[in-house]
Parts: sequence; C-alpha cells; structure tokens
Amino acid sequence: MASIDPAVDIRGLKVTFDTDGGRVEAVREADLRVAPGEVLAVVGESGSGKTVTARSILGLLPETALVEGAVVLNGEDVVQLDRRRLRELRGTAAAMIFQEPSTALNPVYTVGWQLAEGLRAHGKYTKRQARAHAVEMLRRVGIPDPERRVDDYPHQFSGGQKQRVVIAMALALDASVLIADEPTTALDVTVQAEILDLLRRCRDEFGTAVVLITHNMGVVADLADRVAVMFNGEVVETAPVIDLFRAPQHDYTRRLLAAVPRVELAERAPHAPDESVGAVVEARGLEIEYPGRLGRKAFRAVSGVDLRIAPGEVVGLVGESGSGKTTIGRAIAGLTAVTGGSLRVLDTEMRGVREREFRPQRRRLGFVFQDPATSFNPLLTIAECVAEPLIVHGVADSGSDARDRVDELLEAVQLPGAFGDRYPHELSGGQRQRASLARALALDPELLIADEPTSALDVSVQARVLDLFDELQERFGFASLFITHDLAVVDRVAHRVVVLHHGEVVESGPTHQVLGAPSDPYTQRLLASLPVPDPVEQASRRAELAALRESTA
Amino acid sequence: MARPRRASLLARLPIVHQLRQSVGLQRGMLVAGLVITGVFLLTAALAPLIAPYGFAQLRDENGLFGAQQPPSAGHLLGTTVGGYDVLSRVIWGTQTAFLVIVVAVILSIFIGVFLGLISGYIGGWIDRVLVVVADAVFAFPTLLLAIVAAIVISGGQSSLWGGVAAAAVSITVVFIPQYFRVIRAETVRVKSEAFVESARVIGARAPRIMFRHVLRNSTRTLPLIFTLNASEAILTLAALGFLGFGIQPTSAAEWGYDLNKAIADVTSGIWWTPVFPGLAIVLVVLGITLIGESLNDLADPRLRARRRLAATPADAVAESAPASRDAMGEVL
Amino acid sequence: MTTTVETPPPVTPEASRRARRRASGSLGRYIFVRFLLIFPTVFILVTMVFVFMRLIGDPITAALGGRLGADELAERRHEAGYDRPLIVQYFEYIGQVFTGNFGTTLTDNQPVVDVLLRYGTATLELAIYALLVAFIVGIPLGMLAAAIRDRWGDAVLRVFAILCYATPVFFAGLVLKLIFSVWLGWLPVSGRAGVRTELSLGRQDGATGIYLIDAIRSGNPAYISDVLQHAVLPGITLGLLTAGIFLRLVRTNVIGTLSMPYVDAARSRGVREYRLVRRHAYKPALIPIVTVIGLQIALLLGGAVLTETTFEWQGLGFQLTHYLSARDFVAVQGIVALLAVIVALSNFVVDIIAALIDPRVRY
Repeated sequence: MASIDPAVDIRGLKVTFDTDGGRVEAVREADLRVAPGEVLAVVGESGSGKTVTARSILGLLPETALVEGAVVLNGEDVVQLDRRRLRELRGTAAAMIFQEPSTALNPVYTVGWQLAEGLRAHGKYTKRQARAHAVEMLRRVGIPDPERRVDDYPHQFSGGQKQRVVIAMALALDASVLIADEPTTALDVTVQAEILDLLRRCRDEFGTAVVLITHNMGVVADLADRVAVMFNGEVVETAPVIDLFRAPQHDYTRRLLAAVPRVELAERAPHAPDESVGAVVEARGLEIEYPGRLGRKAFRAVSGVDLRIAPGEVVGLVGESGSGKTTIGRAIAGLTAVTGGSLRVLDTEMRGVREREFRPQRRRLGFVFQDPATSFNPLLTIAECVAEPLIVHGVADSGSDARDRVDELLEAVQLPGAFGDRYPHELSGGQRQRASLARALALDPELLIADEPTSALDVSVQARVLDLFDELQERFGFASLFITHDLAVVDRVAHRVVVLHHGEVVESGPTHQVLGAPSDPYTQRLLASLPVPDPVEQASRRAELAALRESTA
Repeated sequence: MARPRRASLLARLPIVHQLRQSVGLQRGMLVAGLVITGVFLLTAALAPLIAPYGFAQLRDENGLFGAQQPPSAGHLLGTTVGGYDVLSRVIWGTQTAFLVIVVAVILSIFIGVFLGLISGYIGGWIDRVLVVVADAVFAFPTLLLAIVAAIVISGGQSSLWGGVAAAAVSITVVFIPQYFRVIRAETVRVKSEAFVESARVIGARAPRIMFRHVLRNSTRTLPLIFTLNASEAILTLAALGFLGFGIQPTSAAEWGYDLNKAIADVTSGIWWTPVFPGLAIVLVVLGITLIGESLNDLADPRLRARRRLAATPADAVAESAPASRDAMGEVL
Repeated sequence: MTTTVETPPPVTPEASRRARRRASGSLGRYIFVRFLLIFPTVFILVTMVFVFMRLIGDPITAALGGRLGADELAERRHEAGYDRPLIVQYFEYIGQVFTGNFGTTLTDNQPVVDVLLRYGTATLELAIYALLVAFIVGIPLGMLAAAIRDRWGDAVLRVFAILCYATPVFFAGLVLKLIFSVWLGWLPVSGRAGVRTELSLGRQDGATGIYLIDAIRSGNPAYISDVLQHAVLPGITLGLLTAGIFLRLVRTNVIGTLSMPYVDAARSRGVREYRLVRRHAYKPALIPIVTVIGLQIALLLGGAVLTETTFEWQGLGFQLTHYLSARDFVAVQGIVALLAVIVALSNFVVDIIAALIDPRVRY
C-alpha cells in the first residue's frame, strides 16, 4: 500500500464548531488514508464526527468551522486551498453522494439539466455534448430509457432511481474519489442491495476510491475493503474489513459489533398456540383504503390481510416502506378506519366502530411510536406523560396521586425515578423510548403495538431497548405486534413473523421457519438483500442474491 | 457538555427568552423595536400628563389657537386646519391606537384560536366550510371589509367608544381568518404528532386532547401574529379615519382623521399637519413590526443568525437531537 | 438521525410513464377544481356584504332619510322593493349578481357595471404601475438582502422593507406630494393627466381608458410625458407598499432554499457560488412568491382606494369614497361585490400560473 500514493490522505484533522452551547470539537483527531480503488468505510454512531470528516475532504464545511490538520486530495491540501481551486477540485477530483436523494436534487430542474450543469461547471462541454454525456451517465447507472428520462424532473423518479441519478452526477467527471454519506440509509433493503452493487461496480470498473460513511455494519461487511471506526470525534481503530470483524481491537468496536442485531435463528421457545382462548387480534380479509382527494381514486394500503395474535404472543410484522405495515398497526389501535373485511381487537369489531364503544377497551392496549423526538408532549414532564393513561381511565385522580405507580413503571424500564421530573427534551432518544414503553405498560395491557420502536436509535441503544422489550414481555406476558423493516430485529423479538408486500401478506409462520427457510420469492429476496455483519458470509450471500435475481427477473 | 437545564421562569418569558437568544444585528432590531414600542406604551399611559392641551381643545386663556398656525413656542408642532394643537393630538392619539389594538386583537385572538382549534382538530365538513369561508374573507381587501363593517356598526361616524368599537370589530372580522388559518395549520400539524396520537390510543377524550396537548403546542406563533396584527390594526384604523369613517375629533384624537384633514394643507405647503401624525403611525408600526420580525427570525432555525456560522450539519444534529449526544457521553 | 422515510414503492418504467400521464392529467383536474372554488368564494363574500349592508336598514333611508318626508320615503322604498322580506331581497340580489347585474346607484342613477367600466381602467393602470415598481424594487433587493444576510446592508434593506409597509399609503402619498410637487415643483399634484390631455385622449377613437396606451397611440410626445409625470407619484406610493412585502418574502424564501441540501449537492459538483445563488436558490424560491402575489392583489386594491383618494386619481377607489360620503350604499355594495369577483378571479389566475411553472404540480 505504501508504494502507491493514496487517493485521499487525512492527517491530524481537527474540526471545531461554535454553537449555542459553546465550542464543540466535532473531530478531535482523525488520520485516514484511502488508496485508489479501495472502499474505506467510516463507521460510528450519530455524533461520532464521521460526516464532518467526510465533508472536509471536499471543503464542504461552513466557512466558519475551524479546520486544522491536512486533507490531501490529488496531492493538494484541501484545507489550504483558495476558493477557486477548491471549486475546480469539487466534482473532478472527488465527488459526493448524499443520504437523502430526494433533497439532493433540485426539484425545479430536470435531472439532465443538473447533470449537465456539473459538467459545464468545469468548462469542457458544449450543450449538446453535455446532454449526450448526461444520457450516457444515466445509462451507466442503470436508468432505463435514459434518452427520454434525461428530461424528467426528480419527482418523477423512485427513491432508488433518484439515488442512481445522484451517483451518476458524482461519476460524471471521472472523480477519482467518491464520498458516499449514508448512501442507502433512506432506502429499502432490496433497493439498498442494488445501490451497493452499483458502488461496487464503480470501484471495480473505474478504479474509483470510495469513502463510505455508514452506521450499518451490514453495509460495511458488504462493500468495504478497510474500516475506520470513529467514536467521539476520534478514529479509534482502522483495520481491513475481515480483521475488524474477526478480531476487533478497540473496546468500542467490540461493543458496537456485539450490539449489531443479526438473523441468528435462535430457537425461541415457540409460543404454544392456545386455540381455546380467543385471539387478542383477529383480522380476516382486512382492507384499508385511504380516501382519494376530490375525484381521485382511493388508495388501497392494505388488502385481504389475515392476521391473528394470540394472548402473550409476539408477532413481527415485516415489510418495506409502503407495504402497509404501519397502517395495520394504526388500524388495530383505532387510529385508522377499517374499510373492508373484519378486524377484531380485544373482542371489539373495529370495522365501523365508534370511538365511544372502543374507549373502554383502550386500557387493554398500549402503543409505542417510532419517533422518540415527538412521542411526548414537550410541555409536560415525563411523570405527567406516563401518568396520563392512569388519569384518563380513572385509576388515579391526579399526577401526584399516580406518582408511586409512575416511579414503579420507570423502574421497570430501568429509568431512575428522578427522570420523572424532567422534560422530554432532557432525555436521550433511548431513554425516551423506554419512557414510552413505561407509558404504554401503565395499565398492564394485554396487547402492545410497537411501530418501529428502535429504528430511530443508534445500534447500541437499540440493543438495550430490545433487551428491555424482551424482559418486559416475559415479565408482563402481553401480546405484541412488533412492526419493523429490519429482519434482524424481528428475529430477536418475535415468536411469529408476518411478511407484507404491497399491502398483502406474502408469508407468515414461526420466526425460525420464515427467516430460516422462506418459501415466498419476495421473502427470499428480502432476506438475501439484508447484508449480514460478516464480510465472508456476506460475500457468499451476495452470490446467492445474484442467482435469485437471475431466476426471478 | 452540560445538559440544558430548565431556565429560570424569567428567562422563559416570551420576549426575554428571545432577547437572550438573539445576537448581533438581530438583537439590535429586536431592541430597537422594544424601545419604540415601550415609548409608545408610555406615551399612551402618560398622555394626560405629557400633552400640553386636550385633544379637542380649541382655546386657552389667550383665546382661540387659530387654524394652521406654524410651529411656535405656544404650539410646538403648530395647529391643524380645525384649530387643534398638533402635538397634543399626536400624543392623545396613542391612547386611541392602543385601545383599538387591545380590543381588536384580543377579540380576534379568542375567536380565531377557538375556531382554528376546533376546525383543525375535528376536521370533516365543519373544517371544510370554515376553511372556504376563512379563505374567502382572507383574500378580500381588508380595508373594504373594514369600511363595510364600520358602516354597519356606527353608521359611519361616532363617539370614542363607538368609533373604537367600529374600528376594532371591523378589524376583528378581518383578523379572525388569519388567526384561524395559523392555528388550524398548527393544530393539523400537531394533531399528527406521535404524542397526540398516543393520547388518542390511551383513550383520552377529545376536549382533553385539544386543550391539554394540542392547544399549548399550537400557539408558538401567536406572539408573532399578535405583533403583525397590532400594526395592521393601527394602519386600518388610520385608513378608516382617512376615508372619513373614523372617530370624530371631539370624541378622541385619531391620526387618520388628522391626515384626512391635512390633504388640502399639503397643496398649500403646510407640512406640519400631515407629517407629525403620519410619523407617529410609521413609528408605532415600525416598532411593533420590528419585534414581530425578530420573533419570527428567532423562531425559525434557518433564519436565526448565529454567533459565527450559518446552519451546518453539526447544528442540524444539535437542533434535532440535543439529548441523544448525552446518552453516549459524546459531544456533537 | 436515521429516521426511516416513507418513500413510494419502487416504480417500474411503465408505472412511471403512467405517472407522467397522470401528472399532466392532474393539472387539468387542478385547474377544474380550482375553478369551481371561485363560486363559493364569490358567494360567501357577496352574501357577507349583503348581510352587513342590510343590518343598518335599507339604502334609501340611509341615503335620503331626513331629506324626504316619511310618506315619500316609504313610497320610494316600496318602489325599490326594500319593504319585502329580507330573504326575498337576498335571493333576488344573488340572482342578479350571478347574471352580472350589480344594481343601480341611488345618487346618480347609473348601473354599477357602467361605473366599473368607466373607472376600472384607471385603477387597472394604477395597479400595473404599482406592480411594476414592486417587482423592480422588491425582488432584486430581496435577493440582495438574502445574499448578504445578517450584515449591515441586510439590516438596512430589512428596515427599508418594514418602513415600506409601516407607512400608510396615504401618508407616503402626502409626503411625496409635499416634497416633489409642492416644494420642488417637479411633478403634478394630482389627477391622471392635465385637463387638455385628458380631453383630447378621451375624444380619440377607440380610447382604451388606459391613458398611457391612449397617449402612445395619439403619438403626441407631450401627452405621453404628461401622463407619465402624473403616474410617477401614485405608482411609487402604491408600489412601495407591495415592494416592502415582496422584499421580505423573497429574502426569507431565498435564505430557505439556500440552506437546502441540493444547493450543497450542486456545490459538491463544483458549481460556482454565483450560479448556486442565481439558479438553484432563486427559482425554487420564486415559485411560492407567485402565489403570494395573488394575495397581494387584495392588498393592492385596498391600497388603491387610499392612493386614489390621496392623488384624486379618478378610479374605482376614488368613486367608492365618493359614494361612501354620499351614503349611496347600493353603489358601495355593488362596487365591493364586483371587487370581490375580481379578487377571486385574479387569485384563480395566479394559482394556475404558479401550478404551471412548478414541475411538481399536484393537488
């Protein structure tokens, strides 16, 4: 490695921001080298400084951020460059791929216009040439029918296609370094697999060096050659990908890897299906439509779904975005109207139910929402929020009356009682999700609906919340519908799994059966697309996925 | 990094909080607005002490003031065509302006907020009808509606309270849709937030959800609209006065009326009758608007000026998840 | 933060082609739905005006009460049908409005529609001058303020914007008149044109009523300059009011779009800073402004009433104040109702324009 000049060489990087809360060192000490044709993954949890490090390569930090150290790109130190030279390097020496493709494209210009703009910014193209080149780039990243689609606006592309367009723009000027900042985080796992393939092709066919910023260890295992682990603004460990997964050196890396959920197919004590007791939830031919606006056809989110949750059973509801999984959860909680079929929840038929009839049953039901940032009223203390169900159902008269029970609940979710006096914004995301569990369990419900409760959390926090969920479920014995897009999470918690696709159930059964030997092609593809946090295994799985695509295509 | 502690009660009061939050020029604009508005309020409170004469006073022990007298020692800002003292009428005018703001804005806040909350939370046909009505009124020239309302209430000319009521009610009619729209939009936004849905799942009844969870979280823009409408109230009152639908000079001092009477003066080069009441309007509106604009900027992270940097990824993290950093003992 | 974002399901090429066709179809539907919305709007406003005006009694008593004896008054009321039940009068009125009949003025016995046709062009001409001033002053200065945000120049521009709408138009008009007409004597004090100009323009064949066009058609440079001189102060007075609002709006929107990720993305491709502001920030920022212009039409009409009174500009607003002081409420009701229709129609047109220039059109 030492014989070749590195494509990017970061030495002693230090970045400081001035914020409302005083000076913040986003990056304390970072040394990174990326060789041509190499994929270097920079991993770390939110706030580890990985994104700031990556953006410093292109000088994309705000002018007022204080950058010290050296970032050498193509033999030039980016930190020292003037604005003109920096602009010339952007796009030609290194290019960037963004996390959220829908916001990285300007909605009022066609993708061709935006592609050409990047080309012409570097002054080598006529209009006609730029357009031809744009078409060529779109073809190369796998946009079908590029001659026509070059004139389309961003909103006319799907999420995965938009990310392809963003990649096309990054590739357009033959940059020797691609900086990919969480390029697949906003995408579904099947689309993620395609985008990762595309990035791999960039490296293999064009010899591009890739700096891949991610928090997802599966993605790392799939694509990276080398890995740098960042924690608290410092690079704590750098190693080839195989070594890192096999023998992590730093304590933090070990913790991080241990927290990553994987599909292990551990034999969970199968839930004894007791047919004699009525189900907590029973759906037959469930249909849910959202009314269309003014003469527009209604949108059918869920059609013909059969679903049964027995008392004490945890059912994992899995699907990609738009599969209708959240809609089903909301319908069970009486937040969305059922438009067809039958849905019985806690002995109440939800189709056409009146809120007044269902309200007494609500004490038997708990709900945990996805976003910990918004799930508590910001103006009430945690104790007041947790006491809310007790007061509403007349168990307690006032917040102070309920306080003993609230402290008990907080203790059950491993939060100190003193947290009850804090306001939601004073808690971290993980703490808030635990408080959210406490609120959901306040009335000892028979059914808990958890809608992606951990997807907004960092992996280590997620692991702790999942552990807590397991423990609480065992202790209180509630039935649960656990909604998630992450197969590894579902493997950890669910007795049974139901897989949704376009509003229909494609497969259901015991967890180890569905995840171990899926029979439906969609489930197979979903499972194969999920990158496992193990580079060796992932390489062989990739081959399987390719074969699977061949056969279903 | 220190966990953001709950600030003291004083620091959480609307204006004080923003004043501490602001920096540089933005703070300058806010302070300027506060000073001007403060002077306005003081003048209104102390008008009987400051004003040399009554607003309807035409003579003193030396006889009649005389019409259109230029500024002099006896009449610092001269006299109007009707023979009133300009300075006194400018000073007394603050009281009328203040009264109109209070009556108009309070009336419209209560009705508008209530309707907006109901409409946004309950939805359905009530919502649709109210939205169409509000939009229709909103799109219509404020002044024309105010004129129509003034005709209804006072038949066009009136005493102090009649005039204030006419102006206030006509302004209210126009403002209700504005409060309605803002509160409704906020309510619709807050309604879909997880904490409100969570209250629904728990089984809380609609009134409890509306007033405990939605209302207080929907009112953060109220100080801003309050200031915008306060200035619009003054402008509308002055416009009504200018068109001859304001308050009679013997009932109260009103700047718009004085300006109306000064149209003819301008042609003959008499400048003191229009300039001073006009400046009074401009200053008061300027002061209140400066406060409103600053509050607006400070409430919007994109518009808020920062000590040294514009919005950055780091700030975005800081804004969206202030506490999650603490969880890992990390900074940023 | 890694919140999952609900993206639409993957789109096949066929599906996206269908989506495109739907997109153009939805524009048609949007225009249709938006067109239908005009009717309830007009209906609500006309009803409101009717109810308000009738709360104070009948127009005849208001206009002629005190001047006529009680018997004669009653007779006139009976003739005009004002002694019938209010609901009957209301439906008759609504029926008339939807057939374009806005009543006849009491004081000078003219159809309100004629009043509109005679004086509407003057108001239109004034509004065009004002919009021109507003565009020329407000939009570039707003862009400038956004580009130099939080510096001194920005603060000055913002205070200028606030002053523009903190100053009542009639006061601004009086001050401008005082300075430029009375003290400096550069510009005429009031009116739309000199007496001779007005007479000869009115005699011209096929006069449009928009004096500038008529003057240009007459080919007489003296007329043109006379008309222009009269237009300067009213145009600036009314225009600055709107310019202040445009300035503030453009500034806020451009700052908003400058912080969008796509601007950063373009920067990462090496696009020049100047171009980032010119192309990436301005166009998306200007689309919502078009919609807001629609709302400004209402403000502009209100301001026109005051400006016309200040400068004795013989337009609709001037007529309105005239009828107001004559207590001719039939005329007032008619003019106000007509203006409501104009506002509703122009908002419709503006919304359609906004939809046409926004590629993401949907409803």
